[in-house]
Amino acid sequence: MLDRNFYRQLYRIRRVEEELVRLYPTDQITSPIHLSIGQEAVSVGVCEALRPSDVVFGTYRSHAYYLAKGGDLRGMIAELYGKATGVAQGKAGSMHLADPDHGVMGASAVVASTIPQAVGYALAMKMRREDRVVVVFFGDGATEEGVFYESLNFAALRSLPILFICENNSYAIHSPLSSRQASPDICRKAEAMGLLAERLETLDIYELYARTCRRVTELRAGRTAPVLIECLCYRWKEHVGPGEDFAAGYRSAGECRAWQQADVLVTVGSRLNAAVRQEIEQSVEEEIREAFAFAQCSPFPAGNELYTDLYA
Amino acid sequence: MTYVQAVREATAQEMARDDRVFVMGQGVDDFKGMYGTTAGLAEQFGRERVFDLPLSEEGTTGVAVGAALAGLRPIHTHIRMDFLLLAMNQIVNIAAKSRYMFGGRVRVPLVIRAVIGRGWGQGAQHSQGLHSMFMHVPGLRVVAPATPYDAKGLLIQSIRDDNPVIFIEHRLLYGRQSHVPEELYTVPFGRARILAAGDDVTLVGISHAVVECLRAQRTLSQHGISAEVIDAVSLSPLDTETLAASVRKTGRLLVVDTAWTFCGASAEIVAAVAEALGGGVPFAFQRMGFAPVVCPTSKPLEKLFYPNPQTIARAAHRLVRPKAPDLQVDSAESPEIAEFKGPF
Ligand SMILES: Cc1ncc(C[n+]2csc(CCOP(=O)(O)OP(=O)(O)O)c2C)c(N)n1
Ligand SMILES: [Mg+2]
Repeated sequence: MLDRNFYRQLYRIRRVEEELVRLYPTDQITSPIHLSIGQEAVSVGVCEALRPSDVVFGTYRSHAYYLAKGGDLRGMIAELYGKATGVAQGKAGSMHLADPDHGVMGASAVVASTIPQAVGYALAMKMRREDRVVVVFFGDGATEEGVFYESLNFAALRSLPILFICENNSYAIHSPLSSRQASPDICRKAEAMGLLAERLETLDIYELYARTCRRVTELRAGRTAPVLIECLCYRWKEHVGPGEDFAAGYRSAGECRAWQQADVLVTVGSRLNAAVRQEIEQSVEEEIREAFAFAQCSPFPAGNELYTDLYA
Repeated sequence: MTYVQAVREATAQEMARDDRVFVMGQGVDDFKGMYGTTAGLAEQFGRERVFDLPLSEEGTTGVAVGAALAGLRPIHTHIRMDFLLLAMNQIVNIAAKSRYMFGGRVRVPLVIRAVIGRGWGQGAQHSQGLHSMFMHVPGLRVVAPATPYDAKGLLIQSIRDDNPVIFIEHRLLYGRQSHVPEELYTVPFGRARILAAGDDVTLVGISHAVVECLRAQRTLSQHGISAEVIDAVSLSPLDTETLAASVRKTGRLLVVDTAWTFCGASAEIVAAVAEALGGGVPFAFQRMGFAPVVCPTSKPLEKLFYPNPQTIARAAHRLVRPKAPDLQVDSAESPEIAEFKGPF
C-alpha cells in the first residue's frame, strides 16, 4: 500500500510539473514557477506520515508539498492560470499557494519568512492541547536568515510540536552552499538551538517516511524537543522557470546525472507490478488532463475582485 | 482612570471574555509589567496566556501571526515602536498580505501594541513615531488613541477585529486621566474625535500631539481665536469625513504629528482633506511635527525637536491672522514633559 501511495503521489507531482514545463511557453501561466522536479520525494515521504488535520507551511517552491499534503489540484492549476476558480481566486499564483481546508497553510516568496508562522501555529496547537503537528518546508538558503534561528530557538524554548524539513539542494538560486556558509552543517546549528536534528544523505523515501513517522508520533505525544530533518536532494530544473540551466556554468549536468540515475519515481515504480503502475498512471493522467482543462476554460476574476478580501 | 489602567482593564476584560486572547511580549510578566499595562495579568490568567518572549522581534511577530492563523488572538507588545523595524518583514510581507494573497481563506486577528517614547534623552532610537510606514500598507489598521477612554474602547475593538492592528501608545500619555466606563465597550475604527469645537481653525493632533493642541487651543481662545481640536485617533482607516467637515467650516487646517512631516500622516491628512473638499473650498494649511533631523538627547535640543503648545498656537495664529505680528506666548513646558523622569 505504501508503494502504491508513494508512486501515485510522486507520479502525480512529476507529471503535473512536466505539464507545466510543456505549457509554460504558451504564456498562459503568467507568473513565476519554481519546480520541484527531482525533489518530490521529500514532500511525499514527509506528508505521507501526516494526518489530514496536521498542517504544513512552505515556500515558493510550493507544488510538491501542496499536492502531497492534499491540496486541491484543480484549484492549484486554475490558480497558476490566474483564474477565478483558483484556490485564491487568482491572487496567489504559484508562489503563495495555500489550501487551508487541506492543511496547506501557505507559502511566501520571501525566503524563510513562513518559518516563524509555522512555529506560532504549533504554539497554538500546544496551548489548545491538541495532538496535531506542524511541518515547515524550507531550503538550505533559508538557514542563513536570522529568523530561522529565532524560530528554532522559540520552538525549542517552548517544546513545540513542529518538524522542520530542510530541503538541502545545495543551491540558493545559483550560489552553492559552500560560497554562503562557513560551517555548512545545518544539523549542528539546529542542535545548538536545542532541537534534535538528523540528516538524510540520500533521497531514500522509505527511510524519510519511517523517520518522519517516528518523530511525528513523539511530537504528538509531547515526548520530544522539536526536530529538524535535513534532506539532501537536487533540483533538476532551473531555479525559476521550466527550463534546464546546465549550460549556464554554475553547475554541471554530471552533478545532476547521479541524482537522475537514482530517481525515486523509478525506484518506487519498479516495486509495483506493471498493471498496478499503469492503473495509477492512467487515473493520474486523467485527473491532470481534467485539471488543466478546468483551468483553461475557467473565467478570469471580475474586476471588482481587485478590492475583495483585503480585510476580514 | 489612567491610560495605563485603561489598557490593562481592556486586556483583562477581553481575556476573561474570550479564552483565545493572550498576551506575549518582552517583559510582560515582569514586576514592571509593560509600564503597568500588563501588571498582574500573568497571575490572573496564568503564564500560558501571558508570557515573556526572547529578543527576536521578527521571529516572535511571525509566531504571533502563526498563532492568529491558527485561530488564537494574540496581543504582541513592544516597549518602543522603534523595535518594530526588526519585524517589518512579518508585519508588511506576511501579516498585511496573508488574507488577500490566500484569497480570503485565512484571518490574522493580531494586535501589535507599540509605545512611542519621549523625554529624558530617549534619543535617536527610542523616540520614533513610525505610524506612517504602516499607514502606507493596505491590509493593516493603524490606531493611536490619545485618551484613556479611546485607549480602552479601541483596544477592545482591535482585539475583536479579525485583521492585524498596529496599536500605538505614547509614553507621555500613560499618566493621563479620564473617565472610563467599567463595562466593555468598543470605539470604532475610522472615527476621529472632536475634543473642542471651534470656528476659526482646525487643529488635528495625532497621539500625544493632540494634548499639546488642546493647550494651544486654550492660548488661542485667550487671543480671541476659536480653534477646533480634533484627535485623529484612527490613522488607517482615516476619518476624512470628520476632518474635511471641520475644514469646510474653518477654512484653515493645522496638522500636528508625533512624527516627521515628510511623507507622514500629516501629509496624508492634508491631501485627504483637499481631495474630499474637491478643490471647491480653498483652505490654508500647515503641518507640524518632529524637526527633520534625528532626535537628539541633550535637553535644550530635544525641546526644539518637538512642536509645543506655543509653537502650535503661533502657527495657528499665523494661519488665522497672516498679517498680524506673531503671537507672543510664554513658554511653559507641558507638565507631563517637565515631570517625566527616567531612567526610562
Ligand atoms: C529574503 C529574500 N532574499 C532573497 C530572495 C531571492 N531568492 C529567491 S529564492 C532564493 C534562493 C533560496 O534558496 P533555498 O532556500 O536554498 O531554496 P531553493 O530555491 O533552493 O529551494 C533567493 C535568494 C528572496 N526571495 N527572499
Ligand atoms: Mg536550495
